[in-house]
Amino acid sequence: MNAPVLIQPNRIAGKGRLSVADPMRFTFDGKTLPALKGDTVASALIANDIHLVGRSFKYHRPRGIVSAGPEEPNALLGIQRDVARHTPNIRATVQEVYDGLEATSQNRWPSLKYDIGEINDVVSPLLSAGFYYKTFMWPRKAWDKVYEPFIRNAAGLGKAPVHKDPDRYSSQHEHCDVLILGGGVAGLSAALAAAKNGARVIICDEQPTFGGALHFDTDIVIDGMDGFSWAQQAMAKLAAMDNVRVLTRTTAFGYYAQNYVGLIERVSEHLSAPSADLPRERLWEVRAKKVIIATGSIERHMVFANNDRPGILLASSARTYLNHYGVAVGKNVGVYTANDSAYAAAFDLKEAGINIPAIVDIREHPNAELVAKAKALGIRVLTGHGVMAAGGKLRVSSMSVAPVNGGAREVIPIDSIIMSGGWTPSVHMFSQSRGKVAYDAAKSRFVPGVYAQDCVSVGSCNGTDDLSAIIDEAIKAGEEAATYVRPNTSQVSISIEANGGNAWEGTLIGAAPGAEAGKVVKAFVDFQNDVTAKDIRLAVQEGFQSIEHVKRFTTNGMATDQGKLSNMHGLAIAAEALGKELPEVGLTTFRAPYTPITFGALVSHSKGALFEPTRKTPMHESEVAIGAVFEDVGNWKRAWYYPKGGEDMHAAVNRECKTTRTNVGMFDASTLGKIEVVGPDAAEFLNLIYTNPFLKLGVGKLRYGIMCREDGFIYDDGVVARIAEDRFHVTTTTGGAPRVLNMMEDYLQTEFPHMKVWLTSTSEQWAVIAVQGPKSRDIIAPFVDGIDLSAEALPHMSMAEGTICGVPTRLMRMSFTGEMGFEINVPADYGRAVWDTLYEAVEAADGCAYGTESMHVLRAEKGYIIVGQDTDGTVTPHDAGLDWAVGKKKTDFVGIRGLKRPDLVASGRRQLVGLKSIDGRSVLEEGAQIVEDPNQPVPMKMIGWVSSSYWSENAQKPIAMALIEDGFNLMGKKLYVPMANEVIEVEVCKAVFVDEEGGRLHG
Amino acid sequence: MDNSVKLRRSLPLAEKAFGASGVSVTSMGAGYRCSLRVGADDVAALSQALGVDLPQTPKTSARSASRIAMWLGPDEWSIYDSKNNPIDDLKNVDVACAGVDVSHRNTAIEVSGSLAAGVINAGCPQDLSLEVFPVGACSRTILGKVEIVLCRTKADIFHVECWRSFSPYVFEFLSTAAKEQSALAAR
Repeated sequence: MNAPVLIQPNRIAGKGRLSVADPMRFTFDGKTLPALKGDTVASALIANDIHLVGRSFKYHRPRGIVSAGPEEPNALLGIQRDVARHTPNIRATVQEVYDGLEATSQNRWPSLKYDIGEINDVVSPLLSAGFYYKTFMWPRKAWDKVYEPFIRNAAGLGKAPVHKDPDRYSSQHEHCDVLILGGGVAGLSAALAAAKNGARVIICDEQPTFGGALHFDTDIVIDGMDGFSWAQQAMAKLAAMDNVRVLTRTTAFGYYAQNYVGLIERVSEHLSAPSADLPRERLWEVRAKKVIIATGSIERHMVFANNDRPGILLASSARTYLNHYGVAVGKNVGVYTANDSAYAAAFDLKEAGINIPAIVDIREHPNAELVAKAKALGIRVLTGHGVMAAGGKLRVSSMSVAPVNGGAREVIPIDSIIMSGGWTPSVHMFSQSRGKVAYDAAKSRFVPGVYAQDCVSVGSCNGTDDLSAIIDEAIKAGEEAATYVRPNTSQVSISIEANGGNAWEGTLIGAAPGAEAGKVVKAFVDFQNDVTAKDIRLAVQEGFQSIEHVKRFTTNGMATDQGKLSNMHGLAIAAEALGKELPEVGLTTFRAPYTPITFGALVSHSKGALFEPTRKTPMHESEVAIGAVFEDVGNWKRAWYYPKGGEDMHAAVNRECKTTRTNVGMFDASTLGKIEVVGPDAAEFLNLIYTNPFLKLGVGKLRYGIMCREDGFIYDDGVVARIAEDRFHVTTTTGGAPRVLNMMEDYLQTEFPHMKVWLTSTSEQWAVIAVQGPKSRDIIAPFVDGIDLSAEALPHMSMAEGTICGVPTRLMRMSFTGEMGFEINVPADYGRAVWDTLYEAVEAADGCAYGTESMHVLRAEKGYIIVGQDTDGTVTPHDAGLDWAVGKKKTDFVGIRGLKRPDLVASGRRQLVGLKSIDGRSVLEEGAQIVEDPNQPVPMKMIGWVSSSYWSENAQKPIAMALIEDGFNLMGKKLYVPMANEVIEVEVCKAVFVDEEGGRLHG
Repeated sequence: MDNSVKLRRSLPLAEKAFGASGVSVTSMGAGYRCSLRVGADDVAALSQALGVDLPQTPKTSARSASRIAMWLGPDEWSIYDSKNNPIDDLKNVDVACAGVDVSHRNTAIEVSGSLAAGVINAGCPQDLSLEVFPVGACSRTILGKVEIVLCRTKADIFHVECWRSFSPYVFEFLSTAAKEQSALAAR
């Protein structure tokens, strides 16, 4: 960085609350500038006499800083800490300076002072309201190549960051009795009252320091001290209380149902070297019993010609810069106002040695005391006058003043104009809470009307102007909130003495004199979206009547500042053009977020390792050690195949399938869903849930079961084991585990509440190792105790309890491969050790571990379905060839009536059959469509689709399953699968490709 | 082959631990757990069998020696015991109930220290103030994207139960939050 430039031309010695003992440096468009600790980027730029900070969105007009707060529409900068940390569109009035901060202006090329895009200002008649609806219509072909790229390029102000966000974002849920939004006089008074009465209080404010309007209003004395000092003391008092949480730099951005309020705390954006463990921002999700809204009000600008020239800003913002930051906005400052507050700003500037050539007041008879004081200070006051236009381009240089009722213009040279059109109560949060606003005609403003939630507004956001009235109202709200939440606590009253506050009178909404209808001037209503008074009138002229339509046509209030300055002006101009009263035209609804928030804060912890839980089976690490390749199945990592010696997937799967059929293979089936169904009515319950009969299933026996939905379509399948008279071990598909349990529980609670039966998920209690193949019994026998493994004692589809490797097991003789096989359930913490022991034995016998891919092939060779692959939610048990699994004598089960629907028993339904490729080598593509005649014209009639398809090393040919119309009656028929480059000829067959008789199961 | 050797339980989090100023996140040893379901009429019989009075007030737990009985629903309790398997005490009970051994389904993490409640609140939306969630309070709730069972065993100690495959997520979530909150508290 360059050597510091020590001179800050607009920094006024002895003014403001920052200390010259804390100097800092930052850069703006590459130039190093000095600042003081506590400065915002805006206050530091103004201190360096820089007002030109950006170019407007549409016309590329030079723009300056308008405000000193979150309402800022113009001063949006790119803020960069390092290469990876660049954030566009940051309001310079909110961003605090830290040592080394880099700020860049936006929407200009090649430079801020000479911007090519400025041509838009000259051709502005082409770019009036709604121009994009009209201009880019014709010719159609130009849309893709010209219009869309142009609009995309023009859209948005800043540049999106390109690097991965390296910062942490944290989240916090919090509950409280009373949440107070805003730390000004009203918020602090309410917080003190609520906290003293024992309530759990959270008070937040978006600024680094509490005080709200006390930052600029130095006329106020509270409890014998100046207002700002009182606010700091009140905050310290609150922070020291156990029942209070004080949050600075924290914006309430969203007010949701049942007093659920989102806050964003900016934790480290003001620090030059924050700790790596510190989050950049923290999202607070607060649930409050009562919310006190004390969000204050926002000063409006004046709508006059060229009111957007850099150096023109809000009067009270200028006062903030002077009284808080010690910075004057110029040396020769004009004042244009419809409200008393600008006088106070003018007086403070004048007393600080700034020249005030004139106060231009559109009112004929403003407050006489103020006029007298101005005169006493030597300030010229032009009542009944307006500023017809501002002069200058990159910086305002003059104001052209004339009587409101017409008359000669006088050009007054200035280098800054401060303005006030009156104050707009900040009803954003109230409106977000779904409260309805009411119109206060006397003061031309909307205030809270009908409440929808348990909240209350206090202070100037409630339309209360008088300082003592604000404090009284806030204390009452705080006390009442505490009593409401904790009715048994004895009440404590507090009192706060305040003097000096002024209830400022005067308001102007809509265009100021000189910018009325018919005047061809650029008088901006919405600075950020470049909406002028003329644009609003044009919208009305084009037929838009609702303010919601006017808003969308003109984009008034649709920028990131959400119309904080522009809404009331836009509404007034539209109402005037429509010839209606303001409330008839209505106010647009405020929506979250109140100010822009980062995606990072919303995403919070849910990224990287915490994006989603990654579920691993107990044997995972052992599978990694033997080279498994994994696939994602839902959130599970499952071993897909186990390549050896450079095998590709195809080779590995062929070997695994072959080895399992001829020797032995082992498979990790732990992810299967498992539900323990227990109780005297357990059998009766399962009999109703499954299509199969369950009442007579013997203890120690297994049964394959299908469950349907009420509509008769297959929902899930699995094997059910009867452990005891009143206890079943149910398995579900991996993906079906949670929904099957939910469905069972749903039926239990709603349809069968009389049953004494309970469901417990045991999916993760048991690790499951499937050992399959002709040698499977030999492999496990040496490790098993207490179970007779012979075919007579433990035939196919039976189970027994005993031990394996010394740990308890539910050993099931079952098969999803068609081979003799066992599924060994052991408590999960033993899974890995048992797997390792068995794997050693399997390997010694030249067997292998197989993954999910081989599991799929092996079961397809036998025609076993996978729910969700060979079914799609429209397949009945009959369609799937599983008629045998539907209890013919059963009088009731879930889906029994659905299965009788005419369309489910009609002929010609899609049925699950096998397919052989005639050429003996083409493996069909899963999902491929099937037709009867490949020569028919396109679009062809598709009669079905391939649901499963593999190369079968065991059958030495491709195998496939397909759902085909009337498939059961098409055995032996030739059909066709048209692909991109060829048509594959297939023959319909039974969906069994290996061991059709099923003898191998029973070895 | 010697089949009498009992294999040691290998826990999903082994002995993972994370510590920061004001908070520790520690995986707990191999405990025993039973999911217990029973109707209101038979609660007394089971309380006697288990040696702990099954609580009937929502979100409360009861303790007896090494055993905690946590209320999870009107007919549902989770019984945790660091030493003895509660399922053994249900073997001779003659009432309609469902006791299911889920010792290996879940694993436990202890979060302790002055920042413990805040760390859990990073991902759990419940009110964990001592007033609302006092010592002994328990709840089946969420942490981030997963389900947990939470029990406050002391003012600044929480017992967090989750399914074993979710435990790496839960541990990572809690230790990440612990690191951040520790840094936030040090500001």
